[in-house]
Amino acid sequence: MSKLSKVLMLVGALLLLSLFAVPLWKITLEAPQYPGGISMYIWIDKITGDSEFTLQNINILNHYVGMKNIEPDSIPELTYFPYIVVTMAVLGVIFSFIGNRKMVLTWIIIMIGLGILGIYDFYLWEYDYGHNLSPTAPIKVPGMAYQPPVIGSKMLLNFKAISYPHWGSLFLGFGILLASASYYLSGKKRRLNQS
Amino acid sequence: MKIYLNLLTAAILATFIGCNSGGDSAGKGALSSSKAAEKVYVAPGEYDEFYAFMSGGFSGQLSVYGLPSGRLLKVIPVFSQDAEKSYGYNEETIPMLNTSFGFVPWDDAHHPELSQTNGVPDGRWIFINGNNTPRIARIDLTTFETTEIIEIPNSGGNHSSPFITENSEYVVAGTRFSVPIPQKDVAINSYKENFRGALSYIRADKPGEMAVSFQILVPGFDYDLAHSGKGKSSDWTFFTTYNTEQSHTLKEINASQNDKDFIAAVNWKKAEEYIKEGKGRDFPVEYMHNVYSDITHTATSNKISGVKVLIPSECPGLIYYLPTPKSPHGVDVDPTGEYIVGNGKLSADLTVHSFEKMLKAIENESFDGDVDGIPILNFEDVVAGTVVSGGLGPLHTEFDNKGNAYTSFFISSEVVKWKIGTWEVLDRLPAYYSIGHLMIPGGDSKKPWGKYLVALNKITKDRYLPTGPEMNHSAQLYDISGDKMELLLDFPTIGEPHYAQAIPAELVMKNSKKIYPINENEHAYAIKNERDAKVVREGKVVRVYMTSIRSHLNPDNIEGIKVGDEVYFHLTNLEQDWDVPHGFSIMGARNAELLVMPGQTETLRWVPQREGVYPFYCTDFCSALHQEMQGYVRVSPAGSDVPLKWSMGED
Repeated sequence: MSKLSKVLMLVGALLLLSLFAVPLWKITLEAPQYPGGISMYIWIDKITGDSEFTLQNINILNHYVGMKNIEPDSIPELTYFPYIVVTMAVLGVIFSFIGNRKMVLTWIIIMIGLGILGIYDFYLWEYDYGHNLSPTAPIKVPGMAYQPPVIGSKMLLNFKAISYPHWGSLFLGFGILLASASYYLSGKKRRLNQS
Repeated sequence: MKIYLNLLTAAILATFIGCNSGGDSAGKGALSSSKAAEKVYVAPGEYDEFYAFMSGGFSGQLSVYGLPSGRLLKVIPVFSQDAEKSYGYNEETIPMLNTSFGFVPWDDAHHPELSQTNGVPDGRWIFINGNNTPRIARIDLTTFETTEIIEIPNSGGNHSSPFITENSEYVVAGTRFSVPIPQKDVAINSYKENFRGALSYIRADKPGEMAVSFQILVPGFDYDLAHSGKGKSSDWTFFTTYNTEQSHTLKEINASQNDKDFIAAVNWKKAEEYIKEGKGRDFPVEYMHNVYSDITHTATSNKISGVKVLIPSECPGLIYYLPTPKSPHGVDVDPTGEYIVGNGKLSADLTVHSFEKMLKAIENESFDGDVDGIPILNFEDVVAGTVVSGGLGPLHTEFDNKGNAYTSFFISSEVVKWKIGTWEVLDRLPAYYSIGHLMIPGGDSKKPWGKYLVALNKITKDRYLPTGPEMNHSAQLYDISGDKMELLLDFPTIGEPHYAQAIPAELVMKNSKKIYPINENEHAYAIKNERDAKVVREGKVVRVYMTSIRSHLNPDNIEGIKVGDEVYFHLTNLEQDWDVPHGFSIMGARNAELLVMPGQTETLRWVPQREGVYPFYCTDFCSALHQEMQGYVRVSPAGSDVPLKWSMGED
C-alpha cells in the first residue's frame, strides 16, 4: 500500500476515538412550553442532556404516559460499546501499519456491520421505551406508543420528537469512508503497477 | 348656508387649535397616539429593553416593570410579609423581618438604588430603604430575592437612603426625623437641646456582610435626600436638609421659615481616614443584621452591638453646609460630577452648586459661620447657576447623556427639561398628576441611557377606570430621545412608587437563575431523594421531611399527629426544571402557603387544633396531575396512642 493509503487508513481508524468527545445521536422534544426544546444526546458510553437535569425532566414527563425511567446505568451497551470502539481503532491502526488491503477490507466490513447493529440496537431500545408502558399510567391513549423515530420527526401527543445522527455518527461514517478510500486507492496503484 | 359654512370652518379651526394647544391633548392621546403605541409595543414573546425597579412605597415591596411596555414582571417582597411567596411567613424568611423591636412585618420602601461599578449601574444588586423602622435591604438580581436587611441605629425615618457610592463601597442612610441620640426619655420641646441627626455609611460591596461602618453625628435637622458624587466628586456625598429651624411641631409652617436650608457635603474618604485614626466614638446601641442564603435557603438574624460615630467638630474637613434655598428636597449630581442640583421644593427655581467652586471655597476657608462645628460656605461662592423654571415645587432631577437635565415639579405637575451649564429651559410637559420622583435609566449615574423618562405620580384621579376611593398610583413614560419630550404611556403601579431605577435588560437577564441546584441545597431539613421522606417526633415537635415532584407530595398520608403538637412541614422541591415551583398548604394553617422553587426547601409551621383528618395540597398549578397532588394528615386527640406513620402509594 502507498503511504497515502496507509495514512488514510490510520486517520480513518483514529476518527473512531472522536466518539468519546462527541455524541452519536440527538433526540429533541419540542413543545410550546419548552422554548428551545429539550435535547437528549446519546454517546457511545453515556446519555446526557442540555443540562445535568435534562434526563430527570424527561423522565418526569414520560412517567405520565407510563414510560420507564431512562437510566443510563441500566443500559449495558453503554458499558461494553466503548471497548469495541477502542478495539476497532487499535485494529485499524495496526492494519494501516501492516498495509494489507485484505485487512483493510475486513475492517471496513466489520465497521459497517457494527454500525448497522448499533442502529438496530438503538431502535430496539426506543421500541422498548415507547411500547413497554405501565398499566397504571395516569394518561393512557388507546393505540398510542411513544417510540421516537430513529431518523426524522414524529408527533408524540403534545411533543414533536426529532431524532438525527450527531457529530459522532458523522465522524464514524467519515472514518469508514477514509478506510474505503484507502482500500480503493491501494487497488488502483496495484493495477497501475501490474499494467 | 353661508352662516353654516362659517360655523363649520370655525369648528374645524377649533378642533385643530384644540389638538395643538396645551397638554391635555397629549395627555388624552390625540394626533400621535398610533406613533406612541408603536414605540411602547413589545410583541408577544419579545422582551422589553429595560428592567425598571419601582419602590412599592407603603406596600413595603419592590416592583419590577418592563420598559417601554409598562408591563409588571414581578413584585419582590422586601419589608412586608407576602403570603403569595410565603415571605415573612415561612420559617426560613421570618428572620429577614427581625429588628431590635422584634418582628416588624411592614415598612415604607422609598428609593431603589442599583449597585454600581465606576459610577455605572452593573446589575448585580439593588438596594432599597425602609423609612419607618430604619432599614436597608439588598436584593440579589440573579434571583430577584431579598437576601440581606440591615437595621440602621440612631436614626428615625431612613429617608435619605440608600444612595450609593461610585463602586458600591457604601450605601448611605440619613435620618429624616432627628431623635435623641442615644435614645432617651426627654421632653419633645427640648428638641434643640437633645435631638440630633445621624448620617450613616453602610458597607455594601460584599454580599452578606453589610455593616454600619460609621455614622456622623449632625445637628437635629431633617435629612431628606442624598446622592453621592461621581468622577471628580466621587469621594463626597450630598444630603439635603430642611427644618434647619429645628422645630418640633406644626412643621409645615415652622420648618418652612428659613429662606435657605443646607445641602450637607460629606467627604467619606476623609471619614474613613478619621475612623482609621481612631476618631470614631463608640456609641452603645443594638441593631439587627439579617442575611438570607441561597445555599441553606434560610435567613439568619444577628444582633450587632455598638457603632462608631464621628463628631464633626472633632473632624475638620469632614462635612460642610452649602446654603440652598427653600427646603430643598432632592439633591442630584450631574453625570460629570461637577453640578449639584438642589431642588428647593417651596420655590419656582432650582439652585445648582458647583463642585469645583465648593472645593475652592473650602480651600479659601470662605465660611459664613458654622453649626455645631460644621462650616457653612458662602452661598455666592458655591452657586453655579439658577434654573428659572416657570414651574413650582421642584422635587427631583435626573439626567440624560446629552447634557440635559429633567426636573419634576410637584405643584405645577410637570416635567421641565433644561440645559446643564446655560440653565435655560428647553421643554416642558404636563404630568398626570402631581409628579414626585422621575426616572431615566441610569439617570442618576455617570452613564444615563437617555431614551425614556418615567414620571412617578402621586395622584391618579381620572386616569384609569375608577376602582373605588383607593386607586393605584400612576406612572407615565415619556420618549426623551428627541428635542421635544413625548408622552407615550400611562401605567398603574403598586403601593406608592417613590423613586425607581432602570437598567438595560441584557445587563441583568443573562445572570438570572432558573433553578437552585438540588445538590447545593444545604438546608438543615432538606432531603434530596424521595426515599428519605420521613416524619420524626421530637417531643411535641413533629418534623415532616417532605418532597414534591410532579405530581405528588411524599409522604401524602401521615398519621399519629396529636392535638397540641407543633408540626413543621419541611418541603423540598426536587424539581430541577425551570419554572416548576410547587406550593403547599394545609387546612387551618394560621400563616400562609409555601411556594417552593426547584431545588429549594421551605418550612411551614402548623399547630393542629382539633382532631380529624385534614387535607393538604399543592397550590401552584404545576402539571397535568396537579389536582391530584394532595394528601391527608390524621390528627388524634392529645394523649392518644395512634402510632406515627407516613406513606405514599401504599394501601
